[in-house]
Amino acid sequence: MSPDNYLYLAAILFTIGTIGVMIRRNALVAFMSVELMLNAANLVMVAFALARGGLDGQVATFFVMVVAAAEVVVGLSIIITIYRTRRSTSVDAANLLKL
Amino acid sequence: MITLETLVPATGMFSYAWLMIAVPAVVAAFLLIGGRILDRVGHWLAVGAVLVSFSLASCLFAHQLLAGPEARAVTVPLFDWITTGMWKVQAGLLVDQLSILFALLITGVGSLIHIYSVGYMAHDERRRRFFAYLNLFIAAMLILVLADNYLVLFVGWEGVGLASYLLIGFWQHKPSAAAAAKKAFVMNRVGDLGMTMAVMSMLALFGSSAFVAVNEGAAKLDPFWSTTMGLLLLLGACGKSAQVPLQAWLLDAMEGPTPVSALIHAATMVTAGVYLVVRSHAIFEMSAAATTAVVLVGTVTLLVGAWIGTSKDDIKKVLAGSTMSQIGYMMLAAGLGPVGYAFAIFHLLTHGFFKANMFLGAGSVMHAMDDDVNMRHYGALWNVTRVTFWTFAMGYLAIIGIPPLAGYFSKDHIIEAAFEVSTVAGVAALLGAGVTAFYMTRLMLMTFFGEKRWRDGVHPHESPKVMTVPLVILAFFSVVAGVVMNGWIQEWLEPATGAHAHEVEWLPTPIGWLTMLLVAAGVGLAWWLFGTKPVPDTAPASRNPITIAGRNDLFGDAINDALVVQPTLVLARGLVANDSRVLDVGADGIGTVFSGLSARTRRLQTGQVRAYALTMTIGVLLVGAVLILTQLG
Amino acid sequence: MIPLVTGQEVTFWIVAPLMVLGALGLLFFRKAVYAALSMAFVMVNLAVLYASLNAMFLTFVQIIVYTGAIMMLFLFVLMLVGVDTPDSVVETLKGQKVAAWLAGAGMLGLIVFGIGGALAGGPQVGLDQANAAHGGNVESLAALIFGRYVFAFELTSALLITAAVGAMVLGQHARTRPKVTQRDLAEKRLRDYAASGAHPGSLPNSGVLARHNGIATPALLPDGTVSEASVSAALASRGVILDAPALSRTTAEAFEAIEGPRAEEDDQ
Repeated sequence: MSPDNYLYLAAILFTIGTIGVMIRRNALVAFMSVELMLNAANLVMVAFALARGGLDGQVATFFVMVVAAAEVVVGLSIIITIYRTRRSTSVDAANLLKL
Repeated sequence: MITLETLVPATGMFSYAWLMIAVPAVVAAFLLIGGRILDRVGHWLAVGAVLVSFSLASCLFAHQLLAGPEARAVTVPLFDWITTGMWKVQAGLLVDQLSILFALLITGVGSLIHIYSVGYMAHDERRRRFFAYLNLFIAAMLILVLADNYLVLFVGWEGVGLASYLLIGFWQHKPSAAAAAKKAFVMNRVGDLGMTMAVMSMLALFGSSAFVAVNEGAAKLDPFWSTTMGLLLLLGACGKSAQVPLQAWLLDAMEGPTPVSALIHAATMVTAGVYLVVRSHAIFEMSAAATTAVVLVGTVTLLVGAWIGTSKDDIKKVLAGSTMSQIGYMMLAAGLGPVGYAFAIFHLLTHGFFKANMFLGAGSVMHAMDDDVNMRHYGALWNVTRVTFWTFAMGYLAIIGIPPLAGYFSKDHIIEAAFEVSTVAGVAALLGAGVTAFYMTRLMLMTFFGEKRWRDGVHPHESPKVMTVPLVILAFFSVVAGVVMNGWIQEWLEPATGAHAHEVEWLPTPIGWLTMLLVAAGVGLAWWLFGTKPVPDTAPASRNPITIAGRNDLFGDAINDALVVQPTLVLARGLVANDSRVLDVGADGIGTVFSGLSARTRRLQTGQVRAYALTMTIGVLLVGAVLILTQLG
Repeated sequence: MIPLVTGQEVTFWIVAPLMVLGALGLLFFRKAVYAALSMAFVMVNLAVLYASLNAMFLTFVQIIVYTGAIMMLFLFVLMLVGVDTPDSVVETLKGQKVAAWLAGAGMLGLIVFGIGGALAGGPQVGLDQANAAHGGNVESLAALIFGRYVFAFELTSALLITAAVGAMVLGQHARTRPKVTQRDLAEKRLRDYAASGAHPGSLPNSGVLARHNGIATPALLPDGTVSEASVSAALASRGVILDAPALSRTTAEAFEAIEGPRAEEDDQ
């Protein structure tokens, strides 16, 4: 089977992730959307690893997972820290980054 | 006729000549940095530093005396100062017959004035700082006279300017002192401009600013450049020596403490202009115009200074006018050519003694009178402050030229030399001698004789020993310096000035007799005006234009104001108007446009993360679109 | 010719729509917990796709690390910050939603036509040869990770350590007031007693002298009234405590039963 379908599926997932980051106000959900985008990219790499006959795509996916794990740990700590001071996980509440 | 000095490299003692400069400089820095711990001993440290310099200078002088004339001019190379491309300026010292005399005068009179200041400034809480500045001045002045090239000389030149500024404004809590310091500094800048340009043209024309190279190069100089350089140097000399037209600062400089007036504004710094002219004689001799200008400046200043001296009531200002006048004599002598150089230096040295003596005497009188400087409040002090009176009297007799005191020999020679060169200058010098006698007698009469006009609560007393001993020493030199140096100085200076010694007269010549006649007339007139009738307590209103002009410093400030200050102010106001009405409107307009734009664009900055995410996504889209489109094309 | 339908295709067409639905759940569920669950669902399905793509090692890593660890971590944090705080539906940024959807559409187009157009087609090789090189998928991946990519692998260890340290640093917070010790508490209790007469001892247990001893059962005081201090304020405010009169009635009845006959006896 052609990897094209996987690519289209990944594109849809990635797009949903993008939109999620833009419209969800809960920082945790926005963060999950980022994870979704990472997973979409992983899917493409695994699909093309099969199609092109090399394992490098799978290795890359493995590394992405490691990085994602690290990212989640730090990201969630930041969200907790923000929550601790502001009593809210809404990304709209933290809007001090302006003039 | 230019005789080049034969220079020998330094050996033995002479290699340590730089210590003369270094010791006071280091002590000055030490005193300035040292803080309050040094308040108790600082002034003695400073005195010690100058004494070290003085003993070193004396040793060198003794060496020179013992050595033959060919081994007297010694160069002391110190270090490569500026090395860029083709330029190589070496900092070095030149200890020759001329500079050693200056070094002796500076450190000798400097030591006495330092000691005197210990007493004079005893009650000033910033005495340590005062002594640090004095030492700084000594170091800078020694750099000035010991330098072996014009660039190093300029370092000293600026250094003494700085020290002068700091010391005139030493009592900076008085607005008048601060203003006087600023005035002196600014007017000196005008002179320094001439000095700088002269040094630059030397570097451009001769490729070096060393005295040796300049003396050699000057012989081959074309008339235009020798005149230009001469006039520029003269401008520098005028600024430093308070000669017309840059004379106005010296009278205000009397705001400084009296020892400063004695050391800087009478004995040493203000004579630097004369030193410069004599040192640059090779250039002046190439240009008749420049020499004439020097004579003119000297003549005019000697009359102007004397004139101002006749009509002032402030004892220090009388002496300041007198200083201007005496330096005018020196300038005149220096402008007369080879015949006058030695006399200029001669008069400079004797003047250094008797004027320092009189300034310190004036300081002693002020000390007795609670710092009152108005002579109309003095009177009958001769009996109260006897040491001061007798030492002052020695200075007085010396300056008006009573034989055989110092001033008689040095001034008389100048007047005679002036007659040899130009009758006009001679007559002016002669007249100046008469006027000098008049105003000095007036000062003596108003201060020490007549009835008491003391203010209430003033109880005059003699100054402490630490102040009177220097007075006595200076008075001694005021008496004997002329006799000692009269037959000797011309020969001594011959290699440095390139002038052959003349036979000098010991007894008065016809012109000498004429001078003495005029001096007697001046003394008599002053006696008739101020000695026979009581002196009014306040200056009587006068319609006499001569008096009015004299009291107003010959309108020097008004002339400066009209010629320089007002036009500059008009120009500045025009520029300000141009700036605010033309340039600012343009600049503000651009600013307004951008601040308006940014006020709108900053709305984009919402602080909302989601908005930023949207922006980023759109950016990615745009970049992607551009990439794809370029692939298509 | 009958189109050859492989197991891989069947899997894809079953799983793909489910994944899209799950992902859309991320967008539309208002409660974060539901979003997290639908996200976990997407990830499990992704693991299935990995399996169908001959990536057995990644399948398990996806389930264990992603679904098992990362998503659960998300859930933990959700619990921590409060499960039941739904997103507000009112959009505060003007036009943000529309613009987001438009940008999303653009992104989809860009990926599908831009990247997809460049990558589509090409030979289909399969992983058999690559897997066989070291005797299997896991062995071959290990050979690559510890061979060609060993440097990147070592770097990830540094990254993980940094992340762990970072999480610890962010997680701790400076003490803003001095630590309260047992002694302080005891002293405060007695001071309060002196000041306002507050009871210094421990509060009465729930359910004492009442019929039940559950925490929702208030204690009864000896006179049959309810002790307010015996149940937690949170439960009281939710109104889940047992009705006090109902409880005290039994006591009252018991008193009645004892007191009634006695009174009659006294009358006699």
